Amino acid sequence: MTENAPATDVMVKAEGIHKFFGRLHILRGIDLEVRSGQVMCVIGPSGSGKSTFLRCINHLEKIDSGRLWVDGHLVGYRQRGDKLHEMRESEVAAQRRDIGMVFQRFNLFPHMTALQNIMEAPIRVKGEPRQVVRERALRLLDQVGLSEKVDSYPSQLSGGQQQRVAIARALAMEPKLMLFDEPTSALDPELVGDVLDVMRRLAQDGMTMVVVTHEMGFAREVGDSLVFMDGGVVVEEGDPREVLTDPQHQRTRDFLSKVL
Amino acid sequence: MTEIDNTGSARPESIRAVPVRHPGRWVSGAVILVLAAMFVHMLFTNKNLDWTTFQKFFFDGGILKGLVATLELTVIAMAIGIVGGILLALMRLSANPLMSSAAWLYIWFFRGTPVLVQLIFWFNIKSLMGDISLGIPFGPVFITWDVNSLVTTFVAAILGLGLNEAAYMSEIVRAGILSVDEGQTEAAQALGMRRLQIMRRIVLPQAMRVIIPPTGNETISMLKTTSLASTVAFTELLKAGEDIFNANYKTIPLLIVVSVWYIIVTSILSVGQYYLERHFGRGSARELPPTPLQRLRRNLTTFHVKPPAVREGSA
Ligand SMILES: Nc1ncnc2c1ncn2[C@@H]1O[C@H](COP(=O)(O)OP(=O)(O)OP(=O)(O)O)[C@@H](O)[C@H]1O
Ligand SMILES: [Mg+2]
Repeated sequence: MTENAPATDVMVKAEGIHKFFGRLHILRGIDLEVRSGQVMCVIGPSGSGKSTFLRCINHLEKIDSGRLWVDGHLVGYRQRGDKLHEMRESEVAAQRRDIGMVFQRFNLFPHMTALQNIMEAPIRVKGEPRQVVRERALRLLDQVGLSEKVDSYPSQLSGGQQQRVAIARALAMEPKLMLFDEPTSALDPELVGDVLDVMRRLAQDGMTMVVVTHEMGFAREVGDSLVFMDGGVVVEEGDPREVLTDPQHQRTRDFLSKVL
Repeated sequence: MTEIDNTGSARPESIRAVPVRHPGRWVSGAVILVLAAMFVHMLFTNKNLDWTTFQKFFFDGGILKGLVATLELTVIAMAIGIVGGILLALMRLSANPLMSSAAWLYIWFFRGTPVLVQLIFWFNIKSLMGDISLGIPFGPVFITWDVNSLVTTFVAAILGLGLNEAAYMSEIVRAGILSVDEGQTEAAQALGMRRLQIMRRIVLPQAMRVIIPPTGNETISMLKTTSLASTVAFTELLKAGEDIFNANYKTIPLLIVVSVWYIIVTSILSVGQYYLERHFGRGSARELPPTPLQRLRRNLTTFHVKPPAVREGSA
């Protein structure tokens, strides 16, 4: 570990993250820290690189420069002496077990029931006994208020129900960190509340979360910090209540005046 | 399905009107009926058709043996085709350029030459190479086989049909894999699943919905293509029929025997395909369509319900 390695209570640390798609410079130096048990909300205009940054955290995208740590470990690389070594596919997969991710379009497995969706990874990836996993899956489905939908296929569920199953699926791996990429943007307004309720309870239980969202009410109420991104950089970061009521930067003011 | 409670409200009176007449339908219907009658009449009166010969040879030992050989050939060649097709498809989608171009070359070659030529080629392989040896490349040899004893007509037929089929199946499998949403792979990756696990557990089962229908067609087509193996002296169904009519000159009746067997097997395969599609359609439609058996049962039970049929869910 290098001298810059984060303190022990820091769950995510990003240092000078740059990301290119071909010649497009998408992330232009991101520095951020998320402490354990905290909820960081990320807002910003479309195309500002919010999803890309989130996907870098669990190495769905490779960063081109900078350093990224999750729970004290470099993401996607191993440091030996002063050299970085790319991780093998199996090592990357192992790292991702501890990071849950929830997508805008749910991405449930359509050929599996709600229960099977949740049980798949703990059984296949962690090799946990089926009975143990089943009990946990049923408990999680109960927590997200879907105990009657155990045997439903995703196509038989509403968007809000699908997203809650997706959250339960991620939680079944017992992650240390949860990433949410606009989890409610694809939902009808009346279904948003149920999903946010589940996320709120998760935050209360002490889960560390990074949430890309346009739900300012949620950010204000649940977020420990709020990040405003634009053009691949963090423009402003601070206490959500302060940033939302008294933004320091013109770009933040312009954005908030459009969405609030 | 919305559950509208329409038990209370009375059904409004339906419109009574004289329906449109369709004289054209009556004329064309009559023409087809006459043609059908003529055909049936020919079936029973034409001496050359010779139904007693048909009956005599339909369950003939040689024919049945040929039928079994045809089925074996179909199953094994399709198995090679499917397994080879999946491997080739994975190779073509691989990030390794050597892999993907090797697969491309294979497909290019096997789709570019007629399967009959390939069959004859395998049949004559012995003139290309004398023995097959197992050992270290360019190094010592451990075992040697004589190609003649290794490549029997059966093996030649399997290789010819199976390797050719793999080229076609790979394109079908590739299309199926590409039809699965990228988000599925991402969700599985985010859960920590490995590439092979994702392919086997997440992508291929969904690709099946796209893969199964054309694979059914390929199987049915393969069943009939096996008749080409008769040209390399492999005794399958057609060759079995030929052997008989070459001896007794009853060509047409025996060709009918053979054709009827082909039709029977293709019909069975079509039914199997239907159920396979249902199985892999799981979770796609909100409700699976009923099987013919279920439909029959439902019709029988709802038969005595007063028409117009009570709408489901409103009872
Ligand atoms: N795989 C890719 N290849 C090329 N360009 C990409 C790729 N993924 C994202 N981009 C580009 O990167 C930029 C940032 O995308 P990103 O999805 O991170 O934005 P975002 O802030 O999440 O926007 P939104 O609010 O619309 O989801 C966009 O201009 C997008 O077109
Ligand atoms: Mg996004």
